[in-house]
Amino acid sequence: MVDLRTEFLGIRSPNPFWLASAPPTDRKTNVERAFKAGWGGVVWKTLGEAGPPVVNVSGARYGALHGPDRRLIAFNNIELITDRDLEINLQEIKQVKREWPDRALVVSLMVPCDEPSWQKILARVEETECDGVELNFGCPHGMSERGMGSAVGQVPEYIEMVARWCKAHTRMPVIVKLTPNITDIRAPARAAKAGGADAVSLINTINSIMGVDLDAFAPMHHVDGKGTHGGMCGPAVKPIALSMVSEIARDAKTRDLPISAIGGITTWRDAAEFIALGAGNVQVCTAAMTYGFKIIEELISGLKNHMAAKGYSSIEDFRGRAIPNMTDWQYLNLNYVAKAEIDQDLCIKCGRCHIACEDTSHQAIFAKVNGQRKFVVSDDECVGCNLCVLVCPVEDCITLVHKTQGVDPRTGLPYDRPAANWTTHPNNPGALKAAE
Amino acid sequence: MSGTPASNLQPGIAAARLDPLTLERNFADLHPPLSRHEATVEADRCYFCYDAPCQTACPTSIDIPLFIREIGAGNVEGAALTILEDNIFGGSCARVCPTETLCQQACVRQEAEGKPVRIGLLQRFATDALMASGKHPFSRAAPSGKRVAVVGAGPAGLTCAHALAERGHAVTIFEARKKSGGLNEYGIAAYKVPDDFAAKEVAFILSIGGIEVKHGVALGRDIDLAGLQRDFDAVFVGAGLAAVNKIGLKSEGELANVLDAVDYIARLRQTSDLASLPVGRRIVVIGGGMTAVDIAVQSKRLGAESVTIVYRRSLENMKASAYERELAQTSGVLIRTWARPIALEGKDGAVSAVLFERTDGEAHDGHSAPPGDVFRIEADVVFTAIGQALTPEIFGDAGTLQLKGGRVVVDAERRTSLPGVWAGGDCVHSGQDLTVAAVEDGKRAALSIDAALRAQTKREM
Repeated sequence: MVDLRTEFLGIRSPNPFWLASAPPTDRKTNVERAFKAGWGGVVWKTLGEAGPPVVNVSGARYGALHGPDRRLIAFNNIELITDRDLEINLQEIKQVKREWPDRALVVSLMVPCDEPSWQKILARVEETECDGVELNFGCPHGMSERGMGSAVGQVPEYIEMVARWCKAHTRMPVIVKLTPNITDIRAPARAAKAGGADAVSLINTINSIMGVDLDAFAPMHHVDGKGTHGGMCGPAVKPIALSMVSEIARDAKTRDLPISAIGGITTWRDAAEFIALGAGNVQVCTAAMTYGFKIIEELISGLKNHMAAKGYSSIEDFRGRAIPNMTDWQYLNLNYVAKAEIDQDLCIKCGRCHIACEDTSHQAIFAKVNGQRKFVVSDDECVGCNLCVLVCPVEDCITLVHKTQGVDPRTGLPYDRPAANWTTHPNNPGALKAAE
Repeated sequence: MSGTPASNLQPGIAAARLDPLTLERNFADLHPPLSRHEATVEADRCYFCYDAPCQTACPTSIDIPLFIREIGAGNVEGAALTILEDNIFGGSCARVCPTETLCQQACVRQEAEGKPVRIGLLQRFATDALMASGKHPFSRAAPSGKRVAVVGAGPAGLTCAHALAERGHAVTIFEARKKSGGLNEYGIAAYKVPDDFAAKEVAFILSIGGIEVKHGVALGRDIDLAGLQRDFDAVFVGAGLAAVNKIGLKSEGELANVLDAVDYIARLRQTSDLASLPVGRRIVVIGGGMTAVDIAVQSKRLGAESVTIVYRRSLENMKASAYERELAQTSGVLIRTWARPIALEGKDGAVSAVLFERTDGEAHDGHSAPPGDVFRIEADVVFTAIGQALTPEIFGDAGTLQLKGGRVVVDAERRTSLPGVWAGGDCVHSGQDLTVAAVEDGKRAALSIDAALRAQTKREM
């Protein structure tokens, strides 16, 4: 039997799907709708310190990249943290947690970078009996100009410092939400761990402008003629998030640090991929903002069916199993040879494989055989780069086939040479040499 | 006419069998245009093939992947220019081309999933947008001082004239009819080119300037080839096929209501009131080409109760494409194959039925039949649609204009056997009898004429 229940930092939820801190979790009405729909938990939209409420722009605070049929490929926002009164938020959090005790309710926080501010807000949040806090060190727009959000997340020392304050001032689990707008994601993750954080969540949004209005000569979307960069999320950012999650999961210093994965999760498969890279749960936002909360039904049924087919009873059965296969380039087997093969029965003769290879790669696909339009790979030139596989519009028509017998006509070397990588390669000046 | 329409059951021949609203609906655009969003989505289906099969299949070699990509990128006028550079009749070809046997048959998505990219509709989207802008995208080169005569203002003649005008030559078109456009104006089914499109397109083409059209001037009647050769630096003949083939039955010319489909369609296309056209209750169409389908479907849409196409060979042998046949059948037209007419029956001087004999089976190749296997179809109107023919008399005694199969022989550059005379369109041999093929003829001839005139100028200098 498949059981989707998860426990992340001791926080229990009926499934690994949480809604990320964002507009969908800004108020009781929305969160209750989400819980009714079946979401396992929420990270409540970021609370700031008490005082005059945050002011948002009126006009486009969101932007998007669309496919030709208006499928949303990426999303972007310049919304700030909650613009609702702190007291109302705290009251609602308390009510929701009481009414939905089986669901995870974590509260996102962002206050100025001084210890009393954090101490004060943590005390108030603890009173709500919520399950934990997430420190918003990720927002790249607006609040970062005021020394918060990604302005903190980009300085590992600040992350460590604030995490330490928080751990000192609350008994609640502390998750640090990381910004991807840095050069090496391992540095902030290590800092979070050093500061005592219980987990990291990532990625927050990526600095972006979604386009330039060629009439107004202003970034899209602009407010009264002026625009600013926002934070990008949605399906397009998933590959970046996967990479960053994998870096933390396999780093010797952070490999035991729990990860709540975020970034373009749209279907159950996206979620399963993050879990395979070690995520203890996943957070979703853009997909819900695009389609509504009902997508949780597909996420749950898809993950359940996949796990049943694989014989997994809990996500722990496959969590992290892709990490050992994530390595550095230098350890890839350079003696492995694969070549493209075109299934002539599936080929529709569009010729994209040919022109892509001919114009931009290795001139390894013929466009004509005996004067007839036919696309055939030349093993003499094919380096197995996968470009033709990717540009072919027909699934499985072109495949990379692992060569094991005979001699590679391109290199003159046998296909079945024992595995060897760059660390021992003769062309590598730093290669390890066997003792003479 | 009284306000009450005649029903389609009224015997004999009657006008206004359908009410005006139904008629309007029946003759509306067969394929409504794509909206901008539909066009963008459809454009995204194009794979931008290498050495694209659709382009190879297009007689005018329009760079289809490029214009579709331009639509997808929001450069709709650029797309139109890509089309019109290869085919100035891109707008009507988008509407009347049998795309199902040309570009769309070759589309790799046809092979992949049986659903080709809707190239015709995308082409229409682009060309309509440009024409709506009121701009003419081409400009004329400096005057060459050369004059070219073009006979016939159909697709071949107008294409040739446009390409020559663009290259700086002065063109005079002689057109026998009152209007320009040829079969686009007089012959194509009304629901394929509604809203006076043919005339608008002619105006668009002529707006390049440098082209004079003289209407009501017929070759062989008002002008002759020798005179044109004398008075102009070059001559292009795109005269079409003025005569129609007869079925060759006794009393064909005597009985009323045995009509030539081409004439009736021309009348239909020129009428301002479809309800004024007389329509039979039971109609028989003899033939198997586009004209047969066009007259059958339009008769049905005018309110005929029953319309039967009779063709002497198999469905697959019909020149009308599978798509056209399906259009006929879904419009309620019955298609009967393997039969040929052997006699017309009459009553009170008008046709009342057609006798057919079966031409059963491939063994007989559609020509002869087992004796005595005969059937009768009652009819108030019989349309003959068995092809059109050239009347060679129009060429007078102009030297040795070589003909073959009753049509003018041309080489790859569309040169005839007469010096200084080029030809194209339906009047040339091995023509495909398609608008798009006529356009290609006109285009190739213009390039050849231009080269010849330039060589002439060089010699003169």
